[in-house]
Amino acid sequence: MRIGVVTFPGSLDDRDAQRAVRLAGGEPVALWHGEHDLKGVDAIVLPGGFSYGDYLRCGAIAARSPIMSEVIDAANSGMPVLGICNGFQILVEAHLLPGGLIRNDHGDFVCRDQKLRVENTSTAWTNGFTANQEITIPLKNGEGGFIADAETIARLEGEGRVAFRYLEVNPNGSMNDIAGITNERGNVVGLMPHPEHATEEGFGPDTALAMRNGTDGLTFFTSALAALTNA
Amino acid sequence: MPTIVVEVMPKAELLDPQGKAVAGALARLGKGHFTGVRIGKRFELTVDGPVDEAVLAEVRALAEDMLANTVIEDVRSVHALETETVAAGETH
Repeated sequence: MRIGVVTFPGSLDDRDAQRAVRLAGGEPVALWHGEHDLKGVDAIVLPGGFSYGDYLRCGAIAARSPIMSEVIDAANSGMPVLGICNGFQILVEAHLLPGGLIRNDHGDFVCRDQKLRVENTSTAWTNGFTANQEITIPLKNGEGGFIADAETIARLEGEGRVAFRYLEVNPNGSMNDIAGITNERGNVVGLMPHPEHATEEGFGPDTALAMRNGTDGLTFFTSALAALTNA
Repeated sequence: MPTIVVEVMPKAELLDPQGKAVAGALARLGKGHFTGVRIGKRFELTVDGPVDEAVLAEVRALAEDMLANTVIEDVRSVHALETETVAAGETH
């Protein structure tokens, strides 16, 4: 299975996302923001970083780049799309996911190993988790506060579309401790924390067993491969 | 060149962490009687051509679609900037 990772000007974690795809058993395919070519991939990751230096609003300019018209069409026809951090911001700016992301309420950039609860295990990117599984993956952002109007929050909660919720600490002032959401269909998922940084022992968050041994993020990518295989 | 100004503010009901930080700094400077600060954006679009109603309508649409994210911000004003064109002796 081929999973494309789009590189925008200012993307930082595109190589990490490619590596995560490889570790999960998929074939990573580098995609370029300035082209109208998805190179026949089966799924897409919009990686973290600071596309266009966060100018205008985080993700706003990248959401209007050439390849996004193909990404939006693919997402609307059911292709699995995962937006991580800046990728999540791009997905909301492209209106593939509702709500918005604003500067952290405390004003500081935050970088920590973050505990989450996986609350929707039927999406293309979470089907390998058990219901309400608690996971720890890195979080690093300055503008990760999820907001939406009351009606949208109620709809997301009512439809089970809050895919991930922050546990123990709300690191950025997100409404309802929301860390990530999914679209109605479950193929488009966005979250602020970084699963691609927790995919290989020795390079992830600390666990009770050993330093940097956390690999909870790998399940995002194996889930997508499973969803594609079963499709 | 004729210029169109677009002003965007964060929605009133949402927290504006930048404004909050500036308000905190004002308080530390002994200016605590300024009890609130909100920070928005001002865009100045120079136009190749006259500023007519059609261009203003185009900018209003752009403001709602791209310059602002109406999930988190409000477009407060879209108007032609008069002073520069008058100073330059141009008409429009």
